[in-house]
Parts: sequence; structure tokens; C-alpha cells
Amino acid sequence: MTTGTTTSVRLTGITKSFLGVPVLRGVDLELRGGEVHAVMGENGAGKSTLLKVLAGVHRPDGGTIEVDGGEVSFAGPSDAQRAGIAIIHQEFTLLPHRSVAENVYLGREPVRRMQVDRRRMVADTRELLDWLGEDGIDPTDPVSSLSVAQRQVVEIVKALSTDARVLGMDEPTAALADHEVELLYDLVRRLRERGIAILYVSHRMREVFDLSDRITVLKDGQFVTCAPTSELTSEDLVRHMVGRDLGEYYPDRGVADDLGPVRLALRGAGNARVRDLNLEVRAGEIVGLAGLQGSGRSAVARAVFGVEPFTRGSMEVDGVARRVTRPRSAVRLGVALVTEDRKGDGLALRQSVRDNTLLVRRAALRGGRARAKSDVPALLDKVAVVARGEHQEVRFLSGGNQQKVVLAKWLAVEPTVLLVDEPTRGIDVGAKRAVHELLRDLAKRGVAVLMISSELPELIGMSDRILVMHDGALAGELPAGASEGAVMALATGHGVGEVP
Amino acid sequence: MSTLQENTLPAKQKATRATVHRRLHPTVIVYLALVALLVVGSVLVGLRGEVLLDQNGILNILTRATALGLVAIGQTMVILTGSLDLSVAYLVGLTSLIAAETMAGQDSMVLPGVLLALAVAAGVGLVNGLIITVLKAHAFIATLGVALILRGYLENNYTGPAGDVPRGFQHLGYDRIGPVPIAALLMLAVAALCWWYLTRTRPGYHMYAVGGDIEVARLSGVRTRRTIITAHVLCSVAAGFAGIYLASRLGSGAPYVGTDAGYDLESIAAVVLGGTLLAGGRGGIAGTIGGVLILATLDTTFDALEVDPFFKDVVRGVVLVTAVALYARRMVANRAHGRLS
Repeated sequence: MTTGTTTSVRLTGITKSFLGVPVLRGVDLELRGGEVHAVMGENGAGKSTLLKVLAGVHRPDGGTIEVDGGEVSFAGPSDAQRAGIAIIHQEFTLLPHRSVAENVYLGREPVRRMQVDRRRMVADTRELLDWLGEDGIDPTDPVSSLSVAQRQVVEIVKALSTDARVLGMDEPTAALADHEVELLYDLVRRLRERGIAILYVSHRMREVFDLSDRITVLKDGQFVTCAPTSELTSEDLVRHMVGRDLGEYYPDRGVADDLGPVRLALRGAGNARVRDLNLEVRAGEIVGLAGLQGSGRSAVARAVFGVEPFTRGSMEVDGVARRVTRPRSAVRLGVALVTEDRKGDGLALRQSVRDNTLLVRRAALRGGRARAKSDVPALLDKVAVVARGEHQEVRFLSGGNQQKVVLAKWLAVEPTVLLVDEPTRGIDVGAKRAVHELLRDLAKRGVAVLMISSELPELIGMSDRILVMHDGALAGELPAGASEGAVMALATGHGVGEVP
Repeated sequence: MSTLQENTLPAKQKATRATVHRRLHPTVIVYLALVALLVVGSVLVGLRGEVLLDQNGILNILTRATALGLVAIGQTMVILTGSLDLSVAYLVGLTSLIAAETMAGQDSMVLPGVLLALAVAAGVGLVNGLIITVLKAHAFIATLGVALILRGYLENNYTGPAGDVPRGFQHLGYDRIGPVPIAALLMLAVAALCWWYLTRTRPGYHMYAVGGDIEVARLSGVRTRRTIITAHVLCSVAAGFAGIYLASRLGSGAPYVGTDAGYDLESIAAVVLGGTLLAGGRGGIAGTIGGVLILATLDTTFDALEVDPFFKDVVRGVVLVTAVALYARRMVANRAHGRLS
């Protein structure tokens, strides 16, 4: 770690309100070059807003920002960039139709003789990609042809290309599969060695303890504490965040005797993405579906739900063979899908909490409209959504509350088969636990739950059985409480015995 | 564990990339459609014992394409930026009047007439851009409002053609090299310049970015307001060129020369026909010129066949809807290929 080039950033007493609602209420934060500084907090604690203030996206209402001891004020993201601050946002900030290089240098294209110097742009991008060991990505590829993990790499390259000395990362692993998380860790550590200050916002306890040097905890927009990671335990952290003890516990599993009839069965089912699927999910159980990104685990859910239907084999719902070729048919059979992309596929962001909650019921079921409205409070209560009212637009809710609205939307039609894809992606500990309890509660009431997650502790903690996919097919089944190593072995195409 | 992944992922990625690349570029499709149309048109006209692509036919197509082409080039810029301009048709009429009235038959006033017309056009574009970016009105409403204002001005002050273009300036509208009008070449030169601007310069890159996703562009440090305003100014200036050209052809300014030809919706149709996404972020000038030529060829063919106007409009409508439906299918297919489970 060199001392000459390290940068320090100090935020003091930052306040920020949106439409009169205070989100940050006097937050202090100090960042030093060569450290990974984690920021933790519950839903709506203000983490993302704080990051956006640092990035110049939001202007604070009050407080000061100092870079290397001098006070600065950012009129926009480009000012922050010039001060050496770059942010990797929670949502991808890439243009799918443009190439990797065009995305990396967006807003800062090198110019030579009045023209954008494309050759240099491509060469510089390639150099950064090589430095990261990512030669699978070509700078001239359109971003739309890349996988989610590769897009993340492009995001990081984009941030690095600004010669950033302060890098903010908002839930960087949210979209990554487990093995990709390891690569990201490596990357973050390398950046730290170079003297870069990293502000790391994450909900994942394990990540924060693995990576960070210091942790700042926020609660309800206020600063709670800042301490070296080595002096904190995960119990301390949870207590600071939620004000009560709450660890990585999972609800008790189901009891084998309580299992009901087979609700969902696939026999030799397949389509362009998956093949030879044989599986059963019974009423009362949560079956985990593991696999690497691209293994076809999400494709199974999409096929069952009729998005990209099965073209081979058969599918039975409640013992009756069904051909589901569109989501509407699936919904009417009592099948529900919580997709991995809640903002894209799960919610009408500009509509109210109430309209979103009633989306499926209004669309797919006849009648019941009068009853519908009176039901909403009960549904929202059941999933414990925190909103300013039924009429608040869901885009103003935090990720955890948005996910709860998605669940409420499905509970409104009382499904018997529930497919959940990454149900807790990007949401905080408290909301996560609530979602887990809700899923288990539904199983106990006779719902068959098929749960996909790239977060292995969650998958193992929640599932009564685990099915593992590899390359479009089922690679094997593991009992409740299997080890992460066993799951990974199957997911990577190795036998159970050969744990690496 | 991680090394195992690195081996499997890139292979899959390459397969995906290959399928994407094998698909034809939208612009290529536009020009293939144009060629097909020319062949079919030639055959149909040939059955009547006439020739579609003789000297006169080519001249006809290119003349039709010139004014619409200029307007559509500008429209491409605003549409790529995620905006829209419904005021171009009235602006064409207004600039034709300003140019012709300023010139008032004197050769010495040609340059001031042209410059004044372009300056007014740029001013209108600036107003459009400011209404959209500062007042945050939707482009559809903002430019519709400006169109209404322009119409009010034209209706109040003009009852018919006005102004007088000197004989010398009329050469711009009528001179040609063989079957190719000079003005059509100038239009193509403007197209080339705008193509270069969009695909090679920073402001051009930023237009694609703002149209692709304005929030992404903003978070990347692109000055989104400036980009949108620039696009609108350039669009209006392009419409100003069309107005000046039409004044030179007509010998005077005409208040409704733009709206009679329906340049507002027609230019949007040409842009979309040329493969540019109406939502912005994807497409380009080359496709638009193809779209303009398709529309001009359709008109010329119908005239040669003496088809009745109603049928003509029906076919134009069908062509447009078919084209957009085809693009939409391709988009869905591409997205399906580019996406991992």
C-alpha cells in the first residue's frame, strides 16, 4: 500500500430527503485509501442513497463532502468522476445495444481529430479486461450478448477506466452465482492492494466479514456505529442493524409425515434449454433447485410457468397432465412464479402497491373485484410490507418491500405450486428472514415450493431436498442440510464423492 | 472450483455470439427490401409496356426523396435520442416562406435568406429541446404544441404562397447531372455528414446512449439535456434545409408545403421503416435513407401504374406495419438468444 497516492473521503452530517421524507439524517462516513469499508443496514436504512450522494447522483440537502481534506460539491456524476470517485450501481448501468468498449467509455470517449478514437477505446478496454483475466469478453461485443456475470465485469472495468481512487459498490454480488463471487473477491482485494478505497454495500454478512476492514452501520438514515471488522461479530452487527438479535437462522424444516400429494411432476420434460427433467414436488415441501448461472435452473421455472414452454415430455399439476404454453394457463392452474428480476418482470413500478398486489388476481381470475380491495390490507399485512400507504408507487419502496409486494401479488390468488427464483436477491437480513418464514409457512399450508437460489447457505438452509442442475439437466439430488461442497460438486459436473 | 467455470462459460458465450452475428443487420434488410421493391415495381410497370427506372423514373424517385430525406435525417437524430418531433411539417412551410420573402427576387439576398431560415429553424429546435428538457414535457406533446403555435402563425399571416426566389436560386431545385438532381446529392451529403456525426463523434455516441437509456447515460456522466437539445436543433435545421429546397423548387414560399406532404408523420414512418427503434438507442441514418427511398419508390410506382390514392395509402400502411412487426420479431429472437436462462 503506497501512502502517496491514497485518497481519503470524509462525509459529515449528510442529510437528504425525498418529497419530504428524510432518507439520510446526519450520516458520517470516513473512507481511506487501501481499505474496504462496508456499509450495512436494513431496508431503507439509506445505504444506496448515501452511495448516490457520494457519486454525485443526488445532491445532499445538508452536510459536507471532503476529498483529501478539501471540501467539494458535486453538481453531477461527472464531477464525482473527476474527483476520482466511481460507483458500480445496484442496477446495471449498461446499454445493451452498444458494444463493451462503448459502454466502458460512455461519457468519456477518447477523441482524436474530432472523432471518437475507437481503436484506442477498444485497446484500452481490452487491456483492462486482460488485467482482470477476462479474455472471454471482446470489447466489440454488444453487451446484450453477455451473461449477467460478464456484465458485472464490464461494470467494474467501466469504473476502473475512470482511474478511480474511490470505488463504491452497491450489492456487487447480488446478480452473481457463487463461483463468480470468488472471482469478485479476488478483484476487490487486488483493488485494495493498489490503494483504492472501496465502499462496499452488501446485505450478505459472509461477504462483509470476508472482505471488509471496517464496517459502518446505518439504521433509519442515521449513523449507528463504525468499527474495525475484526472487533465485530455477526451477532453484534445484526443487533446494530435491526436493534434485536437476528442471525442467519432458517425456519424449521417440514416433517416428512406432513407431506401431501404430488403437486407438480415433470416426466422427461425438456425444451431448447433443459432436457430429460424428472422431478416431483409435493404439497408441504420446499425443494431447492441449485445450479450455476446458465445451468438452466431458471429455465425450468420459466418452462413450468409457460414462458418458454416444454416441448418434450409431460408435466402434471395436481396429478393431471397439462400442457402449459403461456403464463395465464399456469396461473389458472394455481402455479405462481416469483422471477429473479423483480423490477423487470415482477412489478409495475409506476403503479401503486395496491394495483400491484391485485395485478394477477385482476388479470387471471374472474370476478372477485369487490372483495379484492378489501383484501389488500390483509395481504400486505401478511407479508409485512412497509409502505406509506396502499397508494404509494412501488418504485419508491426498498428492494425488500418490493419483493414482499411481489409475494403478496401471488398470495392474492392462493397458488398451490410456488416457483421462486432468487427470492431474497438484494434485500436485507430482516426482509430476508421474513421471506424465508413466509415460504415455510406457505409450505406448511400445503403449497409445493420450488426454490431457486444462487446463495448456497440460503438454499441449503431452506430446502427439504436439493436438486442440482448442470448444463441443462438434473445432475443429482441431495438431502436436506447437504454441504456446500456437495452441491458445488454436482453443479460443476462432478460426482458427489469428488468434492474439490 | 472457479477454474472449472472459466472453461465452461466462454464456450457457451461464443455459441451465443455466433448466432447473433449470423442475423442480418437491419440496414441490410432495408436495402434488400428496396431492391426487391424496385424489381417488383419494374415488372408491374413493365407489364403496361412502360419502364419504371428510366431517366424520368429515377429523377422522380430522387426528387421525391430529397425533401422527405432531409426531414427524415433530422427526425432520425431526435428519435435515436429517444425524442420525437411533430413540428417539422409546419417548420418546413415557415422556413420556405422566410427564405423566399427575405430573398424577394434579389440574387444578393440568397445567402441572408438561407441563413435567416436556418437560424429560425435552429431557434424552433432550441425551443423544442428546452421544453422537453427543462419543462420536462413529453416530446410528443411539446412538439405538438410548437406545431400548433407555428400553424397559428402561418394561418394568421398567410393565405397562400408568398415571397419570390430569384431565378439563380431555382437552379438548386432543378439542376441535375443526368437523371440525378443536384439537390438529391446535397441531401445525401447531409446524410453522410449526419451519419459521421452519429457514428464517429462523441455527441453522436451520446445520442445513442440517451436514447438507449437516459438514466444510464446520466449516471455515466453524459450531459443528457445538452444532448437532447442538440438533437432537436439539428432536426429543425434539417427541416429548414428542406424548406429552403422546396422554396427553390416552387419559386416562392408556401405555408402548407410541409403539411400537405405530411412530412411530420411521413418522416417518422421513414425512420421506423429504416429500422430505427421508435423508443431510441438503436438504428441510424443509412436505414432512414433506405426507408425514404422505399417510400419514394412506392409513390413513383403507384403513379406510373395510375393506382387510385386510397389503395396507395393502404399499401403504404401495410408496408409500414409489416416492417415494424418484422423488426419486433427479430428483437425478441435476439433477446432470447442473448439471454442465459
